[in-house]
Amino acid sequence: MSIQSQTLVKRHFSLRQQDARTAWLLVIPSLVIILGVTLWPIIYTFILSFYHAPTGINQVRTFVGLGNYIEMVTDQLFWDTIRRTLYFTVVSVGLEMLLGLGIAQLIHSHPWGWQFLRFALIIPWAVPTIVNGAMWRWIYSADFGALNALLMQLGLIKHYIAWLTLPNAAMNLVIVADVWHTMPFVALVLQAALATLPIELEEAAAVDGASAFQRFWSIRLPLLRPAILVALIARTVDAFRVFDIVYILTSGGPAYKTLTITFLTYLNSFPFGKQGIGAALSFLISIFTVIMAFIFIRLLYRPEETQ
Amino acid sequence: MRNMNKVLMGILTLMLIASLVACGPKPSAGPVTIHILTMDQAGLKPAEIDQIARDFEAKNPDIKVNMEYVGYDYVHDKIVTGMAAKPPAYDAAMIDVIWPDEFIKSGYLLDVTNRVTTDMKTNMFPASWNGVTRNGKIYGMPWLMDVKYFMYNKDMLDKAGISAPPKTWEELVDQAKIIKQKGLSEFPVIWSWNQKEGVVCDFTVLLFGNGGAFLDTSGKPVFNNDKGVQILTWMKQTIDDGVTNPSSISSDEGAVETDFLAGKSAFAVNWLFQFSDSNDATKSQIVGQAAFAPMPVFAAGAAAGIKGSSVDGSSSFAIMATTPYADQTWKFLTYLASNEVQIKYSAEMLPVWQNDFQGDVLAKLEAATATNPITVPAFLAQFAYANERPTVPYYNEGSAALQLAIQEALTGVKTPKQALDEAAATWVQLASK
Amino acid sequence: MMAGRKVIRKVFLFLLTLPVFFFIFFPVLWLFSASLSTQVELFAIPMHWIPYHPTLQNYLDIFFPSLAASTVPRTFAVSLINSVKIASGVTLVSIVIGSLAAYALVRIPFKLNRSIQLGIIATRMIPEVSLILPLFILASSLQLINKPILLIVTYLSFALPYAIWMMAAFFQTVPVELEEAARLDGCSRLGILFRIVMPISVPGLISTAMFTFLLAWDEFFYALIFTSTLASKTVPVAIAEFIGRYTVNITGMMAGGILAALPPVILAFLFQRYIVTGMTAGAVKG
Repeated sequence: MSIQSQTLVKRHFSLRQQDARTAWLLVIPSLVIILGVTLWPIIYTFILSFYHAPTGINQVRTFVGLGNYIEMVTDQLFWDTIRRTLYFTVVSVGLEMLLGLGIAQLIHSHPWGWQFLRFALIIPWAVPTIVNGAMWRWIYSADFGALNALLMQLGLIKHYIAWLTLPNAAMNLVIVADVWHTMPFVALVLQAALATLPIELEEAAAVDGASAFQRFWSIRLPLLRPAILVALIARTVDAFRVFDIVYILTSGGPAYKTLTITFLTYLNSFPFGKQGIGAALSFLISIFTVIMAFIFIRLLYRPEETQ
Repeated sequence: MRNMNKVLMGILTLMLIASLVACGPKPSAGPVTIHILTMDQAGLKPAEIDQIARDFEAKNPDIKVNMEYVGYDYVHDKIVTGMAAKPPAYDAAMIDVIWPDEFIKSGYLLDVTNRVTTDMKTNMFPASWNGVTRNGKIYGMPWLMDVKYFMYNKDMLDKAGISAPPKTWEELVDQAKIIKQKGLSEFPVIWSWNQKEGVVCDFTVLLFGNGGAFLDTSGKPVFNNDKGVQILTWMKQTIDDGVTNPSSISSDEGAVETDFLAGKSAFAVNWLFQFSDSNDATKSQIVGQAAFAPMPVFAAGAAAGIKGSSVDGSSSFAIMATTPYADQTWKFLTYLASNEVQIKYSAEMLPVWQNDFQGDVLAKLEAATATNPITVPAFLAQFAYANERPTVPYYNEGSAALQLAIQEALTGVKTPKQALDEAAATWVQLASK
Repeated sequence: MMAGRKVIRKVFLFLLTLPVFFFIFFPVLWLFSASLSTQVELFAIPMHWIPYHPTLQNYLDIFFPSLAASTVPRTFAVSLINSVKIASGVTLVSIVIGSLAAYALVRIPFKLNRSIQLGIIATRMIPEVSLILPLFILASSLQLINKPILLIVTYLSFALPYAIWMMAAFFQTVPVELEEAARLDGCSRLGILFRIVMPISVPGLISTAMFTFLLAWDEFFYALIFTSTLASKTVPVAIAEFIGRYTVNITGMMAGGILAALPPVILAFLFQRYIVTGMTAGAVKG
C-alpha cells in the first residue's frame, strides 16, 4: 500500500511539471497568432494617442501628452456618445439574452419542428451585416418600407412614417436590426450548453417534487452560468463597440442620435483625419470595456460551482 | 503519441496556410505595374475601363495597368490607408471634387501643373479644371463632369395646366401648390436633405441662387448671414407648407430618384443619372415624362444678376505624390482623357473636351444615344453655373457640422439662425487648427 | 389523462414557436421576395408583398455576369468562393489551435494561467477599427495586401480569443471525475482532450465553429481595406458594390444577400447531426 501511494505521489509531482510544460506547448500557438498580429498595432496606437497626429505624408506629429484624452473627456459629444452607446448595449444585449435564453429553452423542450427552428435560427445570423443593414434600412424606408406597409394594412397607422428621422426612435430601430441579427448566437450557445447538461440532477429534483420553475431557477440556471457569462461578455463587449450596422444603416444620424463611440473613433481617424484623437478614443473605449467585463466577471464568475 | 499529434497538427496548419498563400496573385517582374483606384459607377463600366487599360497596355508594352473598383463611399478610406504604406498602395486614384484640399494638405496629391499641356488647358472645359486646381496649381486630370439638374415631370405639369417650368424658387412653390391642390401629388417637391453630403449640395444650389456664399474673401464663413438664413428658413417653410416631402429630411439622392420615378413628385433636383434611369422601364413608372429645365434661382438672386446656380459634382483622377511611377501613371491618365478615348465612349460619359461640343462633332455626340439630344444641351446649359463647395482642407468636418446644423433646423430642434451660427463657429475653430 | 396533458403541452410549445418563426422569417421572406422583384415593383404603393411579375433576373445577373445589364454582379460568384476559403481556414485553425489553449487554460493549473486568460481577452477590448492603419502598414511592407492569407491571419487574431474562451466554458462543464479517472489510467493530457473532453463538448465546439465561421464570413471593414481584387475579395465587399454613388441596386443586393447567407446555412445543416451525436455521447457517459 505505502509503496503504491508513494509511487502515486511521485507520479503526481512529475505530472505537475509535465503539466506545466504541456500547458505552455498548448497555449503558445494561439499566443503567437494573437500577439503576432495585434501586439505592434496596439502599441503603435497607444503611443500615437499621445500625439497630435494629422493624417498625411510628412505631417508633423507633436507630442501632447494627455492632451487628446483631456480633449475628449471634456467634450460633451463624447459623453453623449458614451451614454448613447451604453443605452444601445444594455437594451440590445438585454433583449438578446432574454430572447436567446427563451428560444434556447424552447428548442430544448423539443416541440414539433424544433430541429427546423434551430436550423432556421442560423439564417438571420448568416445574412451578412451589410445586407442586414441595407435590408432594415429598406424595411424602415419612409415611402416604400415594409414596416409602414404592414402597419398601414393592419390599420395601426394612417400615414406612412419616416421612422429613421424620428430622433428618439432611430436608436431603437437600430437595436431591433442588431438584435435580429445577433440573437441567434446567444440562442445557439445557450442551447448547446443546455444540451450538455446532465439531466440527472433535474430528474432527481423532479422526483423530489420541485416545480418546473424551481428546477429552472435553482438547478438549470446556475449550471448554465459559464455559458451565460460567455455569451453575455462576448455580446456586451461587441455591442459596446458596434460599428458596421451603424455605418450602413444610419451613418450616425439623424443628428448624431445613433452615433456610437466606435463610429466616432472612425470619424476622427478617417474622414476628419485626426489620428491622435482616434487613437485616444480607442483606448478610452478599451478602458470602458475592460471595466464592464470586469464587473460582469466579478458579479457572475464562480469557478468551481458547477462541480 | 502526444508528440506525433502535435506534429500532425502543425503540418496540417502549415499546409492549409501554404495552400492559401499559393492562391494569391504572383507579383510580376519586368514591366512596371501601376495601380489605379477608381469608383465602381463613375461614367464608364468597369469592363469598359478595363478595355481601355488593355488598349493602353498594347500601345505601351512596358507598363501594366491594374485597376481596382470600389464603391464611392469607400474610396476616401482606401486612399487614406493606401497612402500610409511605402510605396503607396495606389499610384493614382479617382477623387471627388470635395477632396483635393484635404488631400493636398496631407501631402497626398502630386502637382502636375507642368505636365498639363496648353492644348488640355484650353480645350477641356474650364469648369472641369476647377475641381482640381488650387492656388494656380493643378493636381489632377478631369474625368467625369457632373452637376445637379432641375428635373420636372412634364405630364404632371400639363395635367395641372402649367405651361412652363418655374424660373424662380418662388414660382416653384406656387406651381407646387397648384399641383397639390389638384390632387396630382401629395408632396410635389423632393430633395436630398438627409444628414449626408447631399444636403450640402442642395444647400449650395440654393445659397448661390440667392446671391449668397460660403466664405468671404478672407476665408471666414458667411453662410450664416442673412442670405444663408433665408435659404434655410425657406427650406423649412416648404416642408411646413406641405410643398416639400417631409421624408426629404431622411432622403438621399437615391431616395429622391425613387420618389420621382414612382411618379410621386413633380420636381426633383438630382444628378444626371436620374434622367437616364427615368426612361428605364425596370426602374421607372414615368418613362418619357421627365424633362430638364434650368435650375431656378431666387427672385432676390435674379435681381442681383445671378443667372443660374448649381453645384459641381465632378470626379477626376489624381496622381499620388509618393508614387515611384509618376511618368507612367501620367501617361495612362493622359490616355484615359484623350480625345479618341473620350469620343469612343461618349455614349456612356460626356467627353471632357469642349470642342467635342461644337459643330459636326456636337451633332454626332447628340446622335450617340437616344437621350443625348436632350441631355447634352441640358449639360451645356447647366455646367457653366456649377459652383464649388468650399475649398478648405477641413471640409469633411466642416461639412459634417453644416449637415448637422441643417438637420437640426429642419427638424425644429434649433432655429435656422442658431443652427447656422453654431456651424459657422465650428468652421472658425476648424480653420484655426 | 397524462397523455392528454402531454399533448396540450406539446401544442402550447408549438404555438410559442410561431411568433419566433415570424420574427425570424418576416424579414428573410421579405428579403427573398425583394430578390425576385424588379426595382419598379419594389417601389410600388401599395406594397406588393409578393411580386406580381416575379423575375429571376437578379440571380441570373449574378451567375451570368457577362450578360448582365450592370456589371456590378460580375465578381459575386468569385467572392463567394473566396469567402468560403477564408472562413473555413479561420474556423479550422481556430478550433484546432484554440481548443488546445482552451483546455490548457481551464484544466491545467500553471503559472501565468490567469494572466494569459486576461491578456487574451484584453486584446479584444480595442475596437478593430483602430488597428487597421498600423496593420495596413505592416501588411503592406510584407506585401500581403490583396492576399487571402492576410485576412485569415487577421481574422484569426480576432476570432481566437473568443473561440478559446467559448470552448473553455464548454470544457468546464465536462465533469472532472471523468478526466481524473482517465489520468489515473495513464492517459496523457492531449489524450484526455481528444478522447474525452472534445467528444462530449461537440455541441459547444459546433457553436464555436459557427461563431468563428460567421465572424470571418461577416466581417466588412478589414475585408474592404485589405482586399479589392478578384483573387481575394470577400462576399461583404462584393455586396457593397451594389451600393452605387447615389443609388442602391436593392433587388440585386437582396439576391446577393440570399446567396451570401446560403453557405453558412448549408454548413449548419450538414453539421446538425454532430450535435445530436454529442448529445447521445453525453447521455451514455451517464
